Amino acid sequence: MNENTTAVDATVDGAETEVLVTDDLLVEEVSIDGMCGVY
Amino acid sequence: MTVASGVTDPHFDVGRAWRLDPQVALRDEEFGALAYHYGTRRLVFLKSRDLVEIVRGLEEAPSARAAIGQVVDDESVPAYEAALARLAGSEIIRAA
Amino acid sequence: MPPEPLALRDRFKLGLQAPICMTWELTYACNLSCIHCLSSSGRRDPRELSTAEAKAVIDEMAALQIFYVNIGGGEPLIRSDFFELVEYAVDHGVGVKFSTNGTRLDAARARRLAGSDYIDVQISLDGADAATNDAIRGVGSFDTAITAMENLVAAGFGPFKISVVMTRQNIPQLDQFEEIAARYGAQLRLTRLRPAGRGADTWDELHPTTAQQRDLYHWLLDRPGVLTGDSFFHLSALGDPLEGLNLCGAGRVVCLIDPVGDVYACPFVIHEDFLAGNVRDEGGFTKVWRESDLFVSLREPSSAGACASCGSYDACQGGCMAAKFFTGLPLDGPDPECVLGHGEAALEKVAISLRPGPSVDHSVRTPVSFAARS
Repeated sequence: MNENTTAVDATVDGAETEVLVTDDLLVEEVSIDGMCGVY
Repeated sequence: MTVASGVTDPHFDVGRAWRLDPQVALRDEEFGALAYHYGTRRLVFLKSRDLVEIVRGLEEAPSARAAIGQVVDDESVPAYEAALARLAGSEIIRAA
Repeated sequence: MPPEPLALRDRFKLGLQAPICMTWELTYACNLSCIHCLSSSGRRDPRELSTAEAKAVIDEMAALQIFYVNIGGGEPLIRSDFFELVEYAVDHGVGVKFSTNGTRLDAARARRLAGSDYIDVQISLDGADAATNDAIRGVGSFDTAITAMENLVAAGFGPFKISVVMTRQNIPQLDQFEEIAARYGAQLRLTRLRPAGRGADTWDELHPTTAQQRDLYHWLLDRPGVLTGDSFFHLSALGDPLEGLNLCGAGRVVCLIDPVGDVYACPFVIHEDFLAGNVRDEGGFTKVWRESDLFVSLREPSSAGACASCGSYDACQGGCMAAKFFTGLPLDGPDPECVLGHGEAALEKVAISLRPGPSVDHSVRTPVSFAARS
């Protein structure tokens, strides 16, 4: 598991399920130069 | 992978107060917000409205933990702590 | 509520309320006549935006929270109000990068630029030596660019960008470009040649070979610090995607404002078919960006067309609209430089005479001196 991934234990219908929640779902960095159509 | 080498702050202290860096502009979008640091030219996408609300709430909150707790429920806390750590690593937020 | 997985790339295809960044050509005037010039620049257009009109555009950009604008031309420093406009932009929350051939970047101007924290400079260079560069940009242009770089270094400007358009002739010089960038403390930026503007006439002889594209792709993959303006997303069909959104941004997250206020989907499609409106129209740039028929249609989901059965479509998205348009290929088919060769096959069926010519041409009529090209 890398440092950007957090394990969250969730209980669904009584059964425990480990849900991997990665913050890449929440934060994404893209270069300001990373969009095509700019010279 | 389209994600640029994002850094997370390994020492992110969720118990202290944080603020949006004064050189950062937040632009609201339907999906969340764009955060741009004029000094470093770094561009970061905040991909949930909840995260945007948390970041805007940092200004008044006594700690990052409190800012998160105001917006999301307990099971989501670790994900948002990690997200704030990423934002700290990208210099979008800084310790108050 | 746990966050929903959200693909940014798919979001951006639908467009945004404002561009994220964009290109603004300040003038069609240029002292050079580069043979691949995407804007066919040379002669100033008498209908150029005035200083006041340009400031009104900046006011709109500020209101829209466009964080960063790429200023170019022609040669933007030829405008006598260049510094006035650039400084107005940064004073109003719009960061600036400008692209220059270096001709007016003397020591004094370099020092003035060094005084700002929010202006980035990009020097154009298309060869690692004078012979290669000047064959494209004209005799003396290599020396001009290097002198400008030396002026920036002497002024303590800090890191600037060196931007190269990749051609058959300069791809063998990749390592040398890296050395030049290191020598001046600059960041290297490599971009794709599109058959746009004067590039339409020279594309067949200048565009990289299939083997060279592959070499370039691997070279870039090893160097995530080299910028590309996301211009090689068509190469992502070769394997792992390169850095960037890997997405055509035209009319969706980027666009162009030209010297007379015309708004195009991107700088590589300066042609009436991709003209969305004009900033002088009622509602200004904002209305053109949000409501023009062209941009609305670019934000609609498009079909893969002839590429639908290709397993690489998700990676390359069918490539570059400009590359297809100016080589006479249908927009819903392969890119002319499709890494799987589908573009080459398609090109064979299109007569060169059927390629669209430029509808906007400000080239100078008198010949400019070039070194002989082999």
